[in-house]
Amino acid sequence: MDFATDSAVTIDGPQQVVRLLREDGWRVIAAVERDGALVTREIASADALPRGRVDELGPGHCRLVDGPPGRWFDHVIGPGGWKEWLFPPREKLWSAQREGQAVTFDDAPQPWPKTAFFGVRPCDLAAIARQDRVFSTGPGDPAYAHRRAAVLIVAVNCARAAPTCFCASMGTGPRAEQGFDLALSELDGRFVVETGSTAGAALAARLDAIPATEDDLAAAAAMSRRTAETQTRHMPAGIAGTLRSAPEHPAWDDVAARCLACANCTLACPTCFCSDVEDVTDLTGDHAERWRHWDSCFSPEFSLVGGGAVRASTRARYRQWMTHKLSSWHDQFGESGCVGCGRCIAWCPVGIDITQEARALSTEETPA
Amino acid sequence: MDGAAPMLPVRCRVASAQAEGADVATLTLEPVAGALSGGAPGQFNMLYAFGIGEAAISLSGHDEAGRPMHTIRAVGATTRALTAMEAGAELGLRGPFGTGWPVADQAGRHLLAVAGGLGLAPLRPAILAAAAQPGAVSVVHGARSPDTLLYAGELSAWAAEGTPVYLTVDHAAPGWTGRVGTVIGCLPPALAGHDPAAVSAFLCGPEVMMRATAQALSDAGVPPDRIWLSMERNMKCGIGLCGHCQYGPDFICRDGPVLRYDRIAARLTLREI
Repeated sequence: MDFATDSAVTIDGPQQVVRLLREDGWRVIAAVERDGALVTREIASADALPRGRVDELGPGHCRLVDGPPGRWFDHVIGPGGWKEWLFPPREKLWSAQREGQAVTFDDAPQPWPKTAFFGVRPCDLAAIARQDRVFSTGPGDPAYAHRRAAVLIVAVNCARAAPTCFCASMGTGPRAEQGFDLALSELDGRFVVETGSTAGAALAARLDAIPATEDDLAAAAAMSRRTAETQTRHMPAGIAGTLRSAPEHPAWDDVAARCLACANCTLACPTCFCSDVEDVTDLTGDHAERWRHWDSCFSPEFSLVGGGAVRASTRARYRQWMTHKLSSWHDQFGESGCVGCGRCIAWCPVGIDITQEARALSTEETPA
Repeated sequence: MDGAAPMLPVRCRVASAQAEGADVATLTLEPVAGALSGGAPGQFNMLYAFGIGEAAISLSGHDEAGRPMHTIRAVGATTRALTAMEAGAELGLRGPFGTGWPVADQAGRHLLAVAGGLGLAPLRPAILAAAAQPGAVSVVHGARSPDTLLYAGELSAWAAEGTPVYLTVDHAAPGWTGRVGTVIGCLPPALAGHDPAAVSAFLCGPEVMMRATAQALSDAGVPPDRIWLSMERNMKCGIGLCGHCQYGPDFICRDGPVLRYDRIAARLTLREI
């Protein structure tokens, strides 16, 4: 995929991009406002986008409020995102039928129309790449690969950082560098459109657009710089190594005293991939199905073996989540499992801040 | 392992079911159609009881016809259903998964297999492979009581063929004249006459038993990089996707279940990992 600023164009607004995608038969999914939060849903036109609205985010806090009128993408991210499309919260893996002793299996794939993700932020682009790697390691997940192959991505570079954002310190944003077909940067009353794939370039060529000027490109770059500079949260450098050698740090007791083990962080996290399976039968007992659903390392059943739960305490479960996310993910997949989106901070009911906990764990261990 | 459909069980039939005691049975399986992938000693399959669930069960060997054998203890709904199966019953199988015992790499060394309880089942194919070389393997097996010693007939046969077998039980019963206590007590006699530096050990059993055994063997001079443990964690997928079996950076289903002691020694000392 070439990141081609030399072929960038300028357009007046996102409406024509949505229209073009719909004309080409893409199901367009975007963040819309629903019940006081941003959720990803299919849209029929850009009219459904939460134009002029911004999300006010903080630890354990999210409110949608009016922002600068006319601005399309000054909001940041909602609790859900793209994960629920590529890796559905509940998914049938197969069904089985019993006749006498005979048991037969059927794993006909679920239909998946070609789908355009519209307005993917750089942190979420990185999250999709993380999950791509997880679900393609070893034999991989054929259902995920089937869906992923038919997804087109229109990214949006962030013009505003929320107080919970720390993508700059994770190296994942606020500017998209790869993994998209088109990337939009919202300037004053116009958008710079960059292409990241041949499919994206073919789309861009059909837009009602003018070539992007040097000034427009400079303005888009300046916007990303400004967004990075306004981020107030940062992940401490070297956290992977820090956590590897800190399994008994007293800070784990401190966070465990606040953590409710509610699993919100794992559900909101765009990279968390743990799942459980459920085997069900109908009333005849002869038709069975296996369903996969999201699971969380915060649930006590998650680590159940014959002798009971391995991770019985909240301390052990928080340690597992955070150590996996920031440290063992590197050992498993060669990169961090955290993309700096800040969802776990905003959607934690008690406002636990992963960057703050990372700092606490980075201090010298002192007896409590 | 069929990479195209790693989540989908292969339809299998119970060729024979052998009771191994009150709540333990060995199922020999054959595919209803097609063929099964072989599977090395130490690897495991996911066995599916129709409508009830799936459980990770180690291979306990292959019969003369090359059909996989699984020794299962009834501890939950799925394993109760599996152990109740009779010849002709159908079930699903996915696998084999995970790492195996590095049997071939121990050529020229003395192999010590230490099994706690049902842990003898995954060790059985490794013992059989090593025993092809006379005097190459010793077996230590501990059980709760004399009547729960696994494969009692086979243990006697191995002993009769010259494989040293050391048995111990937690609780004796009338008529038991053997050892009482943990497998640790069997290690000095099992190591006697061997240069510990030339001994390799395969351990399978409860984690606390393996931790203590690995420590004791290491203290006795067996090199930590010549000790392997078969670890257990909750497993759902078998292919490193569900996250359940994580043990620090390792997925037990993919990087394990057989892991070398020097790799996990530090983790074994931590609680709730």
